[in-house]
Amino acid sequence: MQTEKRRIPALLPDKGGYFGDYGGRFVPETLVPALDDLAAAYQAAKADTAFWAKFEALSRDYSGRPTPLYLASGLSAQAGGADIFLKREDLAHTGAHKINNALGQGLLARRLGKRRIIAETGAGQHGVATAAVCAMLGLDCVIYMGEEDVRRQALNVFRIRLMGAEVRPVSSGSRTLKDAINEAIRDWVTNVGDSHYLLGSAVGPHPYPLMVRDFQSVIGKETRKQIMVKTGRLPDYIVACVGGGSNAIGIFHPFLEDKTVRLVGVEAAGGGIKSGRHAASLSAGRMGVLHGARSYLLQDSAGQISETHSISAGLDYPGVGPEHSYLKDSGRAKYVAVSDNEALEGFKLLSHIEGIIPALEPSHAIFYASKLAGSLKRGEVIVVNLSGRGDKDMDIVTKALGVKI
Amino acid sequence: MSRLATVFRPGRKALLSYVTVGYPDTTATLKVVPQLVAAGADVIELGIPFSDPMADGATIQKASHQALENGVTPDTCLEVAAKLSKEVTAPLVFMTYYNPVLSYGLEKFARECRRSGIAGLIIPDLPAEEGATLEAIAARHKLDLIYLLAPTSTDARVKTVAEHSRGFIYLVSVAGVTGAREGLPPGLEPFVGRVRKAARQPLCVGFGISTPEQAAQVSRFADGVIVGSRILQLMEADVSLAKVGDFVRQLRTAIDR
Repeated sequence: MQTEKRRIPALLPDKGGYFGDYGGRFVPETLVPALDDLAAAYQAAKADTAFWAKFEALSRDYSGRPTPLYLASGLSAQAGGADIFLKREDLAHTGAHKINNALGQGLLARRLGKRRIIAETGAGQHGVATAAVCAMLGLDCVIYMGEEDVRRQALNVFRIRLMGAEVRPVSSGSRTLKDAINEAIRDWVTNVGDSHYLLGSAVGPHPYPLMVRDFQSVIGKETRKQIMVKTGRLPDYIVACVGGGSNAIGIFHPFLEDKTVRLVGVEAAGGGIKSGRHAASLSAGRMGVLHGARSYLLQDSAGQISETHSISAGLDYPGVGPEHSYLKDSGRAKYVAVSDNEALEGFKLLSHIEGIIPALEPSHAIFYASKLAGSLKRGEVIVVNLSGRGDKDMDIVTKALGVKI
Repeated sequence: MSRLATVFRPGRKALLSYVTVGYPDTTATLKVVPQLVAAGADVIELGIPFSDPMADGATIQKASHQALENGVTPDTCLEVAAKLSKEVTAPLVFMTYYNPVLSYGLEKFARECRRSGIAGLIIPDLPAEEGATLEAIAARHKLDLIYLLAPTSTDARVKTVAEHSRGFIYLVSVAGVTGAREGLPPGLEPFVGRVRKAARQPLCVGFGISTPEQAAQVSRFADGVIVGSRILQLMEADVSLAKVGDFVRQLRTAIDR
């Protein structure tokens, strides 16, 4: 373990896709050659300036990057301590950070000559982003979505269909994100010749955690430049919500070597960790293998994957990206958990004070950051990754607040 | 010597049958396995149910779900195996996903497998690159860790699996999940031929084989035929298990022809 800790975290994963003890490639044999091809294609693309030029041009002109970094004065004043800045991923095209990865992988799929895209979605944000990119790049698109989520996120289902993608409801297991991933993997195993699996979070077998992190790192790179311009120094804290962990790793990664910047991931404590109804894999799970990677996992004593709960469909997942498991064990990042009710409080707070309606996922991070800010001194700086906007959640929030519209 | 090696003899093709332990219930598993063996199965694959069986089609997904609802755990499966291994001479092999095994503890699992009369392990989400640790432990406990190959496997991967797989090599007939299919995939025979050039182990073909005709065709160029989903379907259709017995006898006749 000593040698693991001496490694430079920013240079991981290793060749086998490992971040210390986490990651790897636990998939059916049929997929291994496709993952080899994907890893090779990604390495080639990564070294190709034309590929990045295309990614950057579309990020700017299609996705609307860079997204602003906004000093939330009202929220900071209310918290009464540190300054809170919001990285406005909610302003990116399709309303969340998910577009960054969808765009990157969409371009990669085209490079691989794959005409058909498979994706899973929980809250629907990744589904919407993937459908948008496929429409723009002229790729066929099939989105798997748990039946339960199809019901919870009807508006996003309509958006996806409007952009020409097919939504396939998944009725197996708990009918949520984890089952949508199972079904997407089954589709990929069957159609691996002509299809690319556009996985939406920093989870799954190598090279997905690496690739998704790299495409999402645009968030952290921009944040770094913007905070230097606005404050002349690096932030003291970066706070982001963690389900699979793509928005968090995207903003964390460019700061990994800056030891003064404390990184905090906020998981979904649902009805409370003690209630057992939560999705806090890092806070309450143990190491296991799901969806192709070794990572922290919510599972029972027999190694069966647990059913999870969170008010936010995007955090409702029993696993977490392997790099987060590594950052937790190495102590480089800290992971906390925020409940459904606390997230709702964060949701209302930001809406009231700043006129920004956040998605329920980053509402977890908002709540934590507002408490944290109150415990810090004036002049200290917190950046929160506001990973998505809340329009998609109106139905859930009105129900949770007992409001009729 | 590998207990599985005794199954593969010149001039005789092996029949391997799969059942999910605890589907429709544990009593049925204990009852059906001796019947499968009596009807001509040479190896029994006992499926330890997993909550997220990503390599399986609808039939085994449903069976796994039902078995878990029935409270089946790896310990239940080990108990079932211990009972069955006293009753049947055919080798028993566990088929499951990696997480239940990892969660049990690799060393402890291998030891308990050996104690329960298990001859080998098939873990579809554990490719050879990730299997080194379990491979060493399994070898110490005289368990065969059986790797899989697929039509998409490159020659380099075929070589790797040929170096590491013990007992036999499990050839996945088609890019896809488990489950009964209409016809055999084109290119199956050349695929088996390609592996044959690199491997000395017996080659058993599974995924999608559901009729005596298909079994007969496959047995012409493979050393063993694996049938799973169709057996579960017949167990469900006829709880007296008469149909499944008849079906396995037909398979036996077809591959012995």
